[in-house]
Amino acid sequence: MGSKTPLYQAHVDAEARIVDFGGWDMPLNYGSQIDEHTAVREASGMFDVSHMTIVEIKGSDAKPYLQYVLANDVAKLTESGKALYTAMLNEDGGVIDDLIAYYLTDAHYRLIVNASTREKDLAWLENVAQQFNVSVEERIDLAIIAVQGPQAVEKTLSVISDEHQELVSNLKPFTAAYAGDLFVARTGYTGEDGFEILIPDNQAIELWNQLLAAGVKPCGLAARDTLRLEAGMNLYGNDMDESVTPLESNMGWTVAWEPEDRDFVGRKALEAQKEAGIPHKLIGLVLDGKGIMREGQEVLVNDEVVGVVTSGTMSPTTSKSIAIARVQRSLDAEEVLVQVRKKQIPAKVVKPGFVRKGKSLI
Amino acid sequence: MSQIPAELKYVSSHEWIRHEGDGVVTVGITEHAQELLGDVVFVEVPEVDSEVEAEDEIAVVESVKAASDIYAPLAGTITEINEELEDSPELLNSDPYGDGWMFKMQLADVSELDSLLSADDYAEEIADE
Repeated sequence: MGSKTPLYQAHVDAEARIVDFGGWDMPLNYGSQIDEHTAVREASGMFDVSHMTIVEIKGSDAKPYLQYVLANDVAKLTESGKALYTAMLNEDGGVIDDLIAYYLTDAHYRLIVNASTREKDLAWLENVAQQFNVSVEERIDLAIIAVQGPQAVEKTLSVISDEHQELVSNLKPFTAAYAGDLFVARTGYTGEDGFEILIPDNQAIELWNQLLAAGVKPCGLAARDTLRLEAGMNLYGNDMDESVTPLESNMGWTVAWEPEDRDFVGRKALEAQKEAGIPHKLIGLVLDGKGIMREGQEVLVNDEVVGVVTSGTMSPTTSKSIAIARVQRSLDAEEVLVQVRKKQIPAKVVKPGFVRKGKSLI
Repeated sequence: MSQIPAELKYVSSHEWIRHEGDGVVTVGITEHAQELLGDVVFVEVPEVDSEVEAEDEIAVVESVKAASDIYAPLAGTITEINEELEDSPELLNSDPYGDGWMFKMQLADVSELDSLLSADDYAEEIADE
């Protein structure tokens, strides 16, 4: 038996298929992952992502600590509630995790990190924290509900108290604010508009049921994966991990090189890699034929293996097989072959990012 | 509890087999199998007239998340495939024992049908999973 989120019983009552995910008993789907996926693209869906790890960084050194432990620069965050996406690197520049950091005050930031990397993330954060005047504290008293889709804002506002309507409706992308006990962030992992709502665990089921009554469709981890892949968003453990740097993982934009005198963990290794030549990149692939690309399949050009699929699926929105693949940086082919089971099938090379705000980009 | 029709035969790799007479059988995947797979989005069926041995990988069912091999339950020759599955792979989810059948084959030795699992045997197998 794995850990259970405060919403576990709601999933069971909705006849979700429950699977183990990083030690958590989570809903994979509630019947049809395609219906759930479509609800998020066309209307609204909600995900229980309470398994994700929330970490409070507090203390007088909170800012310099995070400037050192994260590859992006939290000094960019000056307004309370503003967030940034960043990698946390090891000394070799390998990605320990990707995460979102929220600025609350100079002495208080909030991180949301992956569930599957919880233990190593906490150990790393605590280890580095020894050199700083900060505390690293996991929040286990909060649930997280992600409401996503073109109707997500309207549906969420329908269950938010009157006094917080304006605040929540005016939230800009990658910004969060407290609405009473709720910490509402305009973020997500689907390529659609919406919110991720942090809520005290004992209030989570009430909010879930209110959203359900408002017509928001419960969606499982399976739909979450196809939505993020269509949006071209990396999944930790698939598309990047400690064996690669952010520069090899389409995350170069999250590395803050300026100011030059900001030292951060992994900086020297990244600079050395830039100097020597970055060996890999992530590309998008759209299969031109029958079959479905899957993680681990080889990418070939002229009978030579030039890379590997890191995430692949059938895209419900476009009805095509799409994938993210890690290939040699020098590759500039417009078409490659993918070893799909026993066949080599042509695939078009595109930028990762296949669907955005309900519209196919391929 | 998923449906396991008593009149069918089964193999532990989750295919069902229905004897149509004269050594011709229809093969599909069980309701339990389609539940495990989730939404089926692609089906590759064997070629008509191909000769197969028991446990050969002869077809593929792909759901959004994963690919599953389908095995020949017994030796024989493929006589017919369900062409509907090309455009409507979701029939495997909606009607696994009916419109979602996959292929028909002429068995090399009809007596081998007795070696397959009964509905009770199969129910017991999946209860242990």
